Amino acid sequence: MKSVALFAALTLTAPAAFACEPFAVGDLTIEHAWSRATIGADRPGVFYVEITNAGSADDALVGIATPAAGMPMLHETVVTDGIASMPHSMSVPVPAGQTVALAPGGYHGMLMGLVTALKEGGSFPVTLTFQRAGEVTVTVDVLSMRAEGPDCAHAGQ
Amino acid sequence: MRLTRLQKALWAAAGIAVLAYGALLWGPYRAPALVSEAPFRPTFSLPDDAGRLYSPADFAGKHLLVFFGFTNCPDVCPTTLSEVAQVIDDLGPDADKVQPLFISIDPERDRRLGLAAFTAAFHPAIIGLAGDADQTRAAADSFRIHFAREDDAAAPDGYTMSHSPALYLIGPEGDWLRQFTYGTPASEILADLKSRL
Repeated sequence: MKSVALFAALTLTAPAAFACEPFAVGDLTIEHAWSRATIGADRPGVFYVEITNAGSADDALVGIATPAAGMPMLHETVVTDGIASMPHSMSVPVPAGQTVALAPGGYHGMLMGLVTALKEGGSFPVTLTFQRAGEVTVTVDVLSMRAEGPDCAHAGQ
Repeated sequence: MRLTRLQKALWAAAGIAVLAYGALLWGPYRAPALVSEAPFRPTFSLPDDAGRLYSPADFAGKHLLVFFGFTNCPDVCPTTLSEVAQVIDDLGPDADKVQPLFISIDPERDRRLGLAAFTAAFHPAIIGLAGDADQTRAAADSFRIHFAREDDAAAPDGYTMSHSPALYLIGPEGDWLRQFTYGTPASEILADLKSRL
């Protein structure tokens, strides 16, 4: 039964781009959740998202979970003295009144142990856990391998 | 007018600077100071997925856009290859004057996972090269770039790679021309290439 639900979640084709639809929990708004298509399931997938904290208290993203991958983790790409490395991040700060982006070249979710290849045009759920606001499940759009972000009319506003 | 000790010292320093500059301009060391270094020509000898061995001579007459990376990398490498793909698309008819190369710094695993399919997913023009450990180290040393395997129990297969994430531009004669630091927008790379082609 669980695998049927997973199959449905992974093959669900979005009628309109989910990435452009905001999700909310407490004072937080979560939008532009996207991932890149993968070739097969042997390489890790990626998870990018934007989180806006409209409240007056700092929060932090402390974990991600998804049925699409056995081992999703938060990472940060760090370039120090011309060397890029990708340390594990225990949490991503979401300060009061600010928008934080998990975006190419910075914080990102690394989806290790993909259950199946991520296909362009598909989508899958990711549950984000915040220190204060708690949990929220968002729908992640799978874009092309060459994508640099979702194409939303209001993106960047 | 009385000069303070500091003013005297400053005038003395200015005098020395003038003399030194004059010596640079007219002195016997003028030539070596102004002649540029010998061209820096990084090299490599690496096979593609099909086993065909490539070296810079195979691309003589073309500009090379070289990136060192690994296909298990979820963030930096796809982002850079996407930009390279965009640059090649935007070059239009000049695209055949630029050869993009992806050199694996994790060659054993990349060969196992399939390098050609990976690079082709970004752009069919990109050639992926993955040698053995010695060939890979020699290529990286030649380009003067860093890569290292870092054990990480939480990473796939228990390790990840740190590496120099820049793009390197090699001229049609094999001379190192410049690097584009990680995150340089495709439009900037395109403008630079167009000014050279």
